[in-house]
Amino acid sequence: MRTVCFYFQVHQPYRLKPYRFFDIGEDHHYWNDYLNRNVIQKVAQKCYLPMNSLLLELIQRYQGKFKVAFSISGTFLDQMEAYAPDVLESFQQLVTTGHVELLNETYSHSLAALKSKEEFFALVKKHQDKIKDLFHGYSPKVFRNTELIYSDEIGAMVAELGYQGMLTEGAKHILGWKSPNYIYSNTLAPKLKVLLKNFRLSDDIAFRFGDKTWGDFPLTTNKFVSWLNALPKEEPVVNLFMDYETFGEHQWAETGIFDFMRHLPEAIFTQSNFTFSTPSEVVTALSPVSNIHVPTPISWADEERDLTAWLGNDLQDEAFDRLYELEKKIRKIDDPDLLRDWEYLQTSDHFYYICTKFFSDGSVHEYFSPYDTPYDAFINYMNVLSDFILRVDAASIK
Amino acid sequence: MFGWEFPPHISGGLGTACYGLVQGMNIHKQEVIFVVPKLWGDEEPMADFVNASGVTIDYRERRFKKLWKNLTYLEVNSFLVPYLGPTAFKKFTDYSIHDRTDVDESIFSLNYQFSGKYGKNLMEEVSRYALVGAQIARDRSDFDIIHAHDWLAYPAGIAAKEISGKPLVVHVHATEYDRSGESVNFPVFEIERAGMHAADHIVAVSQLTKNICMRKYGIPPEKITVLHNAVLDASIISSTYKKKVPEKIVTFLGRITYQKGPEYFVEAAKKVIDRDPNVRFVMAGSGDLLNKMIDRVAELRMGTKFHFTGFLKGDDVDHMYAISDVYVMPSVSEPFGIAPLEAVRYNTPVIISKQSGVAEVLKNAIKIDFWDIDAMADAIFGLLHYQSIARMFTELGADELKKLKWEHVAAKLVTVYKKTLAQLA
Repeated sequence: MRTVCFYFQVHQPYRLKPYRFFDIGEDHHYWNDYLNRNVIQKVAQKCYLPMNSLLLELIQRYQGKFKVAFSISGTFLDQMEAYAPDVLESFQQLVTTGHVELLNETYSHSLAALKSKEEFFALVKKHQDKIKDLFHGYSPKVFRNTELIYSDEIGAMVAELGYQGMLTEGAKHILGWKSPNYIYSNTLAPKLKVLLKNFRLSDDIAFRFGDKTWGDFPLTTNKFVSWLNALPKEEPVVNLFMDYETFGEHQWAETGIFDFMRHLPEAIFTQSNFTFSTPSEVVTALSPVSNIHVPTPISWADEERDLTAWLGNDLQDEAFDRLYELEKKIRKIDDPDLLRDWEYLQTSDHFYYICTKFFSDGSVHEYFSPYDTPYDAFINYMNVLSDFILRVDAASIK
Repeated sequence: MFGWEFPPHISGGLGTACYGLVQGMNIHKQEVIFVVPKLWGDEEPMADFVNASGVTIDYRERRFKKLWKNLTYLEVNSFLVPYLGPTAFKKFTDYSIHDRTDVDESIFSLNYQFSGKYGKNLMEEVSRYALVGAQIARDRSDFDIIHAHDWLAYPAGIAAKEISGKPLVVHVHATEYDRSGESVNFPVFEIERAGMHAADHIVAVSQLTKNICMRKYGIPPEKITVLHNAVLDASIISSTYKKKVPEKIVTFLGRITYQKGPEYFVEAAKKVIDRDPNVRFVMAGSGDLLNKMIDRVAELRMGTKFHFTGFLKGDDVDHMYAISDVYVMPSVSEPFGIAPLEAVRYNTPVIISKQSGVAEVLKNAIKIDFWDIDAMADAIFGLLHYQSIARMFTELGADELKKLKWEHVAAKLVTVYKKTLAQLA
């Protein structure tokens, strides 16, 4: 078996509105509704709607031989329901074909796995329920953690939840001489199979596709298939993991990214012996070649493939710790508004905006941030958090 | 009087002080000719205003050329711009190097339009302002004494004195040592030194400033009189704005720069929060140390109790004072410092550094050394928890405020004038 496994991440955070010190104690609505709606609707036109319709076309043309997987965050699902029901319908239509797999993740695209098992489980459960609810009882078999963050311990927690497989980054520093194009198993819970992203081939599409300074520009389907064929024959699976916004948003339509995807299946079917599989099919069909040791967490972000995009500087750690200090009190509170805000405030993007790694990957960070500087992001988040703490304390006294 | 700004077009405390002083002089029936770089037309008609932009220089006057030669300390071509940030400064210097060969001609032209701001042509404007001073001194004889406010106006004062032969009083509202610590801008220092030495008498806004004039500028003490600033309005302000958080609020309000000592406020905040978590600290303002302060607050893990508002304007300033339970001014070097007196008007007890001029006039305030963060923390804690002392300070502080009148300052200034004139006679 030689197969290509496509997984696309679909996520948008609930961005905060400019929240001033004077608002603390008075204004309990934190979200920038206008901006959030704008982003969803803009990206829907550029990416979600055209790409969904292209995928549907391909699935129908190849009668199920072409297939993909999605992980759709709960914050995205909520915003689709509120701002773009047509996009939700098109996802539902894709899933109904039976050739689109959905994965589970934490509901609010949170970093809870690093902090609290209880909160992590609660957010996964909530995502399971939401997926079931929106996609006719659909029940995912494979798990994807926020930003592909993975460690031996996180994998063991995911195994405990009954998942057969989990996705993560094929980070060089954990693989060493090993290839990402095999299935591995978790060290602590060997039943859990681990799929590793082939970051070279994934990033050729996701990051380099439209880069005219890249030596291999322009990337054609023939060229891409020749790279697949050049891989050692015994390596069974190539995991192409990327943000869904690659198509039309990060790589604009003008780069030809849609045409590339339109013709890729054809090129693969005619010029190679590769097939397409979803993560759960890969997990079922392949046995692990060995286990993989990941004692400290990895992710798919930046050159370091570590957590430093979200945590590590004083500002991020302060924001993160102050938020999770509230967990015990939150458990005792039964207020849907408070719980919703608690979940949305956990979204990893808030911490990403506070990243100060200006000089290495700063440009990528700036592109994604609604703030001028990480300091602005910190001040705004802390103002909101200060109000939230007041509400949690008030609710705890009741 | 030569002054760089006058209300309503002001950017700092200098203009307000000039306004108060002129108001006081009016009460004592003193006639003031007030020369500003640019007259906007909406100034209160409390003085005989002269618009420097409207003064034509008679360049045939030989004495002016000689005067110009003697003003060597005015390094017009120097790239010094004291009030610009690094980025703006870079832009300015790039521009100067290529375009500034016409300086003499432009300053010596018949007419010259001042911006009256603190922009990139500041040194050029200061030079032209000096020539305007000379021209006015030649054209008018209806004045007895010349009074120049702060370094921007010193060259004008010196020039007017040289042409008219009348005595010069310079008024030191701030020095380069207050603004920049020990890393002074030398050309500004030179102008200040020349002004103080050319003056027949010096007025300093505090004993602290007088000491700096003596120690750093070599002025004999008998040549300096301390005249503290006053307040225009001492009435108590009762704002309708209400606090929305349950905790007490401790406020720093000012530019977040070296001079204002923000880092000592942050360190003291940590000590207070460790003892009493029911307090919020607010740092209101902007400045080059802002990000450093944010970093430190995060490092000390007090981000949900220590807030930054950015630069406040309009009603927000009023709101901030209104909800403050304690106001702290930990300035490293503050010639006077009017802000704590504003806080007193809102019935807010204040803590001020001993390194501020206002500490010399406000008896009912806690005074600490700016670097003594333990004392600062103790004082904050005390004012928050012991209502009696806080109440005493606000009541007595309000009484003190009523005594700080510009009328009294002006009376003393008239005495200074008389003594200076008598010495020369």
